[in-house]
Amino acid sequence: MIADLTRAERLWAMLILGALGLIGLAMAIGGRNDLLGIHGWIVLAAGLGGFIAVMRGLDAPEPSAERLNEYYDAPTRVGLILTLLWAVVGMGVGFWVAALLAWPDMTFDVPWLSFGRLRPVHTSGVIFGFGGNALIATSFHVLQRTTRARLPDQISPWFVLLGYNLFCIIAASGYLMGLTQSKEYAEPEWYADIWLVVVWVVYFAIYMRTLARRKEPHIYVANWYYMAFILVVAILHIVNNLAVPISLGSAKSYSLFSGVQDAMTQWWYGHNAVAFFLTAGFLGMMYYYLPKRAGRPIFSYRMSIISFWGITFMYMWAGSHHLHYTALPHWVQTLGMAFSVVLLVPSWASAGNALLTLNGAWHKVRDDAVLRFMALAAIFYGITTFEGSFMAIRAVNSLSHYTDWTIGHVHAGALGWVAMITFGSLYSIVPSMFRRERIYSQKLVEVHFWLALSGTVIYVFAMWNSGVIQGLMWRTYTESGGLTYSFIDSLVAMHPYYIARAFGGLLFLLGALTALYNVVMTIRMPAPAADDAALDIPAKPALQAGE
Amino acid sequence: MPFDHDTVVGFSKSFGLFYLVALSVIALVWTYWPSNKKGFDEAAKRPVLEEEDRPWRG
Ligand code: HEM
Ligand code: HEM
Repeated sequence: MIADLTRAERLWAMLILGALGLIGLAMAIGGRNDLLGIHGWIVLAAGLGGFIAVMRGLDAPEPSAERLNEYYDAPTRVGLILTLLWAVVGMGVGFWVAALLAWPDMTFDVPWLSFGRLRPVHTSGVIFGFGGNALIATSFHVLQRTTRARLPDQISPWFVLLGYNLFCIIAASGYLMGLTQSKEYAEPEWYADIWLVVVWVVYFAIYMRTLARRKEPHIYVANWYYMAFILVVAILHIVNNLAVPISLGSAKSYSLFSGVQDAMTQWWYGHNAVAFFLTAGFLGMMYYYLPKRAGRPIFSYRMSIISFWGITFMYMWAGSHHLHYTALPHWVQTLGMAFSVVLLVPSWASAGNALLTLNGAWHKVRDDAVLRFMALAAIFYGITTFEGSFMAIRAVNSLSHYTDWTIGHVHAGALGWVAMITFGSLYSIVPSMFRRERIYSQKLVEVHFWLALSGTVIYVFAMWNSGVIQGLMWRTYTESGGLTYSFIDSLVAMHPYYIARAFGGLLFLLGALTALYNVVMTIRMPAPAADDAALDIPAKPALQAGE
Repeated sequence: MPFDHDTVVGFSKSFGLFYLVALSVIALVWTYWPSNKKGFDEAAKRPVLEEEDRPWRG
């Protein structure tokens, strides 16, 4: 990592890390009577540790000019490993909170083991830790291949990757201590938010600087999706997190918005986080890795462009479907509903485009578990968006809202779409990234595939069932007009489904552990003798049984 | 023009419609513009080209 940096870059790195350490120190001192202080120590440790590491490597030989003949993949390699580590952490905590819902006594009266604190560790751990690292790692890979240009320098990719992970650590550790600004998916407090803005601006700059040096005149569509992801997430993040801290020495802040404006801003953010974090970025992944793995160009390039603009225009307006039957003006709810329904068109255009690309290569899908991950992701993307458009209809939402149906929808998207496309893409680049001939065990990929699929199906069906039952129980009236069931009755009815969900989640988690093991063993395999030859392999998928 | 609730709502309901229609038309025309087809076809092949996995140096 440090050996890759030129001397000037090493000095820059020391400067940045030194400044980070000082900021940490200031936070630790200013916030010594507050939880902010603890985060100050974490930042200080990160800055100081990095500073010392770079200083020790300062006099190592400089990288040769030869490096410019190769893509810069080291950040992608580290990003892939971080992706898997966060997968295990985030899904592990997901399994734990699933178990808590079935057996609520397991908090043992320890504050940081309570459901309210662990739940955001799960959501941020999987969305930002797992999903975010996967997006950063693959975006660097795709960007370089589709532009045929190397990343602009060796330091900014590390700044983005490591800085982003520092944000994730601050976020997760804050939740455990009880720090939250209580906006879902935007829980971290003001100082973490500011840090993320800095990281994100550098990320976007890497994209622009690499594109500016591209060799290909046309920018491949996957990059559009990645760029929409970066740009829109920045806008959402900044607006939704506008807040005033009560003092510079305190972690607590107050939002600029209140009342129904606050709710609308939050769900404008929330839904577009789904759209641009959990969808656009992963569509970028799909539009590159799926055609590549299948060895066939995307079915219709034009359709991919139209769905891109369709998704970008329409998602922006759909957020109010999270606020049906609230104080939000009726016409705004209707607007959100209408856009959500139309959104099905570009969504299915993407899912259909992916599946039609595979049409004619079904034998590959059958034989190759990696491609099967991607094919299944496209199918689940289609299912989830259909379901979403349906749930956005106000009358349907009156049944689904507040119930486990929403949770089922979320995880059909999160497990079936986001995680499957990630694992597929990850397996397809791990061998070439680590310069191995193939993945350590094709069998384990197969095992992972079936664990992931069965886990998702069990999870989602359990939640669909439980959600609909819940919704119906809450709206069943007696003849005299009272409610037939108490809330506790509905809770008791959920119990078996919560156990089933925890089991499905466990299978999915085991799959992620299998992936981690397989990747670690791949890295530990001996490198092929002629290192140079290995450089050229990514064009072809790894050897497949039966091919 | 007063900057009150009704004005803002009126503006978003009218202008909002027209600019989204305009953007959609621009996107569609650009996508189907005949001379753009060649570039798209080449771009579509980008991921599946079997070439050296190296940046272009010129
Ligand atoms: C091992 C697999 C997983 C398990 C066992 C699991 C479990 C859970 C549980 C128990 C909840 C809380 C539900 C509630 O409050 O009623 C939850 C919420 C959530 N999970 Fe997961 N999860 C898993 C994987 C994932 C993944 C991979 C993602 C995203 C990529 C994800 C995203 C979310 C989100 C966004 C929520 C919040 C939903 C809402 O508020 O409506 N989960 N999960
Ligand atoms: C056309 C596309 C989609 C539409 C119209 C849509 C619509 C909806 C609706 C109506 C809700 C329930 C809101 C409520 O009752 O509170 C919802 C929740 C949610 N959806 Fe989707 N959805 C779509 C695609 C997706 C995808 C692809 C994902 C990816 C993982 C996803 C993730 C979520 C999450 C995380 C929530 C829970 C938010 C929360 O309450 O915490 N959605 N969506």
